[in-house]
Amino acid sequence: MKSVMGGNALRIRAIAILCLAGLLAACGTSGDSSSGTNTASAPGITATTITIGSTQPLTGRAAPGYSEISPSSNAYFNYVNDHGGINGRKITYYYYDDGYNPTNTASLTRKLILEDKVFAMFSALGTPTHLAVVDYINSQKVPDLFVSSGCNCWNDVSNHPYTFGWQPDYTIEGKILGQYIQKSLGGKKVGYFYQNDEFGTDGVKGLDAQLGASSVPDASRQNYVPTNTNIGPQIAALKASGAEVVVSFSIPAFTALALLGAAKLGYHPIWVVSNVGSDVTTLTGLLKNFSKGAVGGALLGGMVTDAYLPLTGDSANPWISLFKGIHDKYVSNLPWDANVLYGMAQAYTFVQAMKAAGRNPTRASFVKALETTKLSGGPGLAPLGFSSSNHLGFLGVQIYTIAADGTQTTTGPVYTSSDSGPISQYSGSASTPPANGIP
Amino acid sequence: MVAVQSRLDRLVRPTFGRHLLFALAAAVVLLLLSSQIGAYDDYNLTAVAIFAVAAAGLNLLTGLNGQLSLGHGALMAIGAYTASLLLKDHHQFPVIVVLLAAVLSTGVIGIGFGYAAARLRGPYLAGATLTLAVAIPQVATRYKSIFGGESGLTVAPSSPPDWLGADFPPERWLAWIAFAAAIVTMVLLANLLRGAPGRAFKAVRDNEAAAALAGINVARTQVLAFVVSAACAGLAGALLAYWTGVTAPAGFTLALSLQLITAIVIGGLGSLAGAVWGSLVLVFVPLLTSGMASRLSLPSSVADNLPLAIYGGILVIAMLVAPHGIQGALRRILAYGRARWGNTPGGGQKGVVDWDDPAPDT
Amino acid sequence: MSRFFVLTLNGVTQGAIYAAMALALVMIWRATKVINFAQGAMAMFTTYLAVFAIEHGTPYWVGFLVALVSGLLLGAIVERVIVRPVESAPALNVVILTLGLLLFLEALAPMAFGGQIRSFPPAFSIVGLRLGTSQVPFSPFDLFTLGSVVAVMLLLLVLFQKTDLGLRMRASAFNPEVSRLLGIRVGRMLTLGWALASLVGALAGVLIAPSLLLYPTFMDDVLVFGFTGAVLGGLDSAVGAVVGGLLMGFALTYVGGYFGSDLETVGALVILIAVLMVRPSGLFSVQRVRQV
Repeated sequence: MKSVMGGNALRIRAIAILCLAGLLAACGTSGDSSSGTNTASAPGITATTITIGSTQPLTGRAAPGYSEISPSSNAYFNYVNDHGGINGRKITYYYYDDGYNPTNTASLTRKLILEDKVFAMFSALGTPTHLAVVDYINSQKVPDLFVSSGCNCWNDVSNHPYTFGWQPDYTIEGKILGQYIQKSLGGKKVGYFYQNDEFGTDGVKGLDAQLGASSVPDASRQNYVPTNTNIGPQIAALKASGAEVVVSFSIPAFTALALLGAAKLGYHPIWVVSNVGSDVTTLTGLLKNFSKGAVGGALLGGMVTDAYLPLTGDSANPWISLFKGIHDKYVSNLPWDANVLYGMAQAYTFVQAMKAAGRNPTRASFVKALETTKLSGGPGLAPLGFSSSNHLGFLGVQIYTIAADGTQTTTGPVYTSSDSGPISQYSGSASTPPANGIP
Repeated sequence: MVAVQSRLDRLVRPTFGRHLLFALAAAVVLLLLSSQIGAYDDYNLTAVAIFAVAAAGLNLLTGLNGQLSLGHGALMAIGAYTASLLLKDHHQFPVIVVLLAAVLSTGVIGIGFGYAAARLRGPYLAGATLTLAVAIPQVATRYKSIFGGESGLTVAPSSPPDWLGADFPPERWLAWIAFAAAIVTMVLLANLLRGAPGRAFKAVRDNEAAAALAGINVARTQVLAFVVSAACAGLAGALLAYWTGVTAPAGFTLALSLQLITAIVIGGLGSLAGAVWGSLVLVFVPLLTSGMASRLSLPSSVADNLPLAIYGGILVIAMLVAPHGIQGALRRILAYGRARWGNTPGGGQKGVVDWDDPAPDT
Repeated sequence: MSRFFVLTLNGVTQGAIYAAMALALVMIWRATKVINFAQGAMAMFTTYLAVFAIEHGTPYWVGFLVALVSGLLLGAIVERVIVRPVESAPALNVVILTLGLLLFLEALAPMAFGGQIRSFPPAFSIVGLRLGTSQVPFSPFDLFTLGSVVAVMLLLLVLFQKTDLGLRMRASAFNPEVSRLLGIRVGRMLTLGWALASLVGALAGVLIAPSLLLYPTFMDDVLVFGFTGAVLGGLDSAVGAVVGGLLMGFALTYVGGYFGSDLETVGALVILIAVLMVRPSGLFSVQRVRQV
């Protein structure tokens, strides 16, 4: 137990000096955006890296289509990293497969936060899956950015101050689609075909708010569950009810199945489809093999849908050429479709938010910056609604139609709304990307 | 008569005592372990304990009683929804009340289904339980106002009591609850198996006609096995509700029932220890492979599916290489060691409590 | 057109699908007393092979043949390489084996072919036939599906009941030891049984894929309901399999059509339990009921 007093005292003094220096450094750089050096200002941020994480359905029933989103986001991040990163920091993106099972989501989210120590959650996908972890993430004060789901449950600032949505919520979309029907398809009998969860029911809520619930009788409201692909009876019921316009809040597989089921019955209503289920690439792929007997791509003709991002087929659009270029270089094994565009646009918004937060943000300062900075100049057609009282993402959509050969044509202006407020026309104009494609 | 009674007493009581001692030892070990490791590891060990409870019950039913159930995921769902309904809208109930309620509700349903299925054998029972597995989650989707539909019911985590201190991690508290539940379950099951019911289970499995001739009420035995395993599944389901934080149909697909069967076979059919090994595999193998997709620079369709391919491959290879599961392999290693370096041939004292049933006949 | 008529036609087309899967499962059960949980995944894989051929320019019927032949080969390989070694192990081990194979195939398919949803071409038009002025929800392709399933069932019946080969296969399943003594190559019969079953499964896959769309897990439900149909009809009877599968199709469609699609599986459960309580070995079973 002999201790060398002199040596010990020296060691203690050295440690004290180091601690003081560290304290000064921390004090000096917390939230200070003007300082030129990178510091480890928050968990998941080091001098050279930013680490974010996500839970995604990479395998299982929900995987087709959605599994493209995270590698596409990663492709954009790799593009940014190859051009120097954000303030010289590279973005590291961990996305784990939860198979759309909330039990797995719970476990993997804790792995991301407790083990991988990510700075923020990003683009976590699915409503029941994310509901399992939203309380936990907020209790850990981790930013929960841009949940990949249009449920308005992510807009709950008092209970979940760290959670932010991104895609337009389904009720707003329903209202704007309803308004289009009133203006351009007035007088026609309307029917609903919707997924039996809050994707569909929230959409129907918006439609009812706009069209009036009594105008669509029960017989014209048909729903489906994603676990059951036999929707023949529902389509037959819609035909029997005489619906001339069918609004479909369906995922792409079920949009295609509905079109095919209707063709089988010789039933050709006007289809008004949610942006979730109207990706042209996916739909033409799903319908092309039915060219016998005058069924096939022709089914798409006249479909009405909406968008909040530039159209995937609009190759003249500078955003599309930017993102398609990144797709061709980094994830060419994936088809070029709305899922890839979604992933990249989300990643773009993250980089915007990261830059707006300053050089060395903390988690809290990052959230504050997101609420107070008006992120503009991104690929969205409608503005983002982030504020201290509103964590909704895109506030509206623009209507477009699809022709039989897959050509997409926008019609009318961009509209914005809120869950209970009126619809207003958005007066801003579309922006163009910066020269190197990095905000 | 008295002589028989006292002889019986001398047989039964030491077993119970032995089980209790083992349980106490396990409790102490787990308590110390959970205090040393971090919140994340506590969280994962909780999952192991939860699945071990469900797997132990299933092992009793399928391994020892020979009834193949492909629907125990649905029974876990019943336990989970019972817990979630009690805790709905931030109602407070002590954890023990919630757990017992889940055990009760699932047990009652187990009686009903057990009687309906008492005459079914082999693949017919498998088919009936398979349909149970896919039907139960749909009830939740149908009655949305009660069960929350696809988004399910959220469950607030159980907060540690104040006397543990303000900084006590909730993950460790839940781990303690789960460990306690697992230990209690194992002790109760072990006692059941050492007694007359346990012998009846195995007798019916091995030769139903002979068991009936020996005076065993076959129907009651089958139903008892089903109810006990259902109660275990219900308990596990309620714990799962606390652990996940949300009870939704997406968490109780057919895959869960199949995972439980996988766990008991990989762990070792017919043994309680096998339930633990199987749960370890079930929880940790996917965790170990989960990082592959985003960390490997392979095309996404390959990287996404590699963990699943590995898991499937492990199952196939395990069955080819270790047909009696991990417990069987361990026993073989132990027997080999004993034969090689042990001293007492044939019988002799078992130094370690052996809860396990001798390996089922092939 | 009455709702009942629409639902009945829908039930027939769905039921034919489940009947085909049930048939494949019953064949393997009768041959080796194994429930092949990977049957659906094997059919999925052969369907992917067919679509691969078709997308690379071969005509539809060549792709169809590719599916059938690869089904034959896949079944034979699986039996010989994976299932045979665990023949003597506890019965549950084979269940886990087939589950592992299921997961493996469901991972292999997207790795090899990509995981996005695809469409699979139908053999004939899917537009409903015209009956007078109205369009019936029953298309030439539905007719082909139903006809193929019935034809396969009849062919299998003839094979098993009337041919020498069928007799040998039945003997091998009934009593392998005695069959060996009689000079029957039991191993070959088992492999053939699995190969033929897998052929039926592959046929089911290409018949179903146009209406379900092709993705790695698309056969999962078909397996579940096919298995339920097989159990309903009695696992020892090919006719039972087809009847059971058709019954499942009707049950699901009627319950779904009249009570809502989210009650379908509950309806199936009730019907199955009701039937099994009365006939614990299925409708067409030949086994004596155990008295409990």
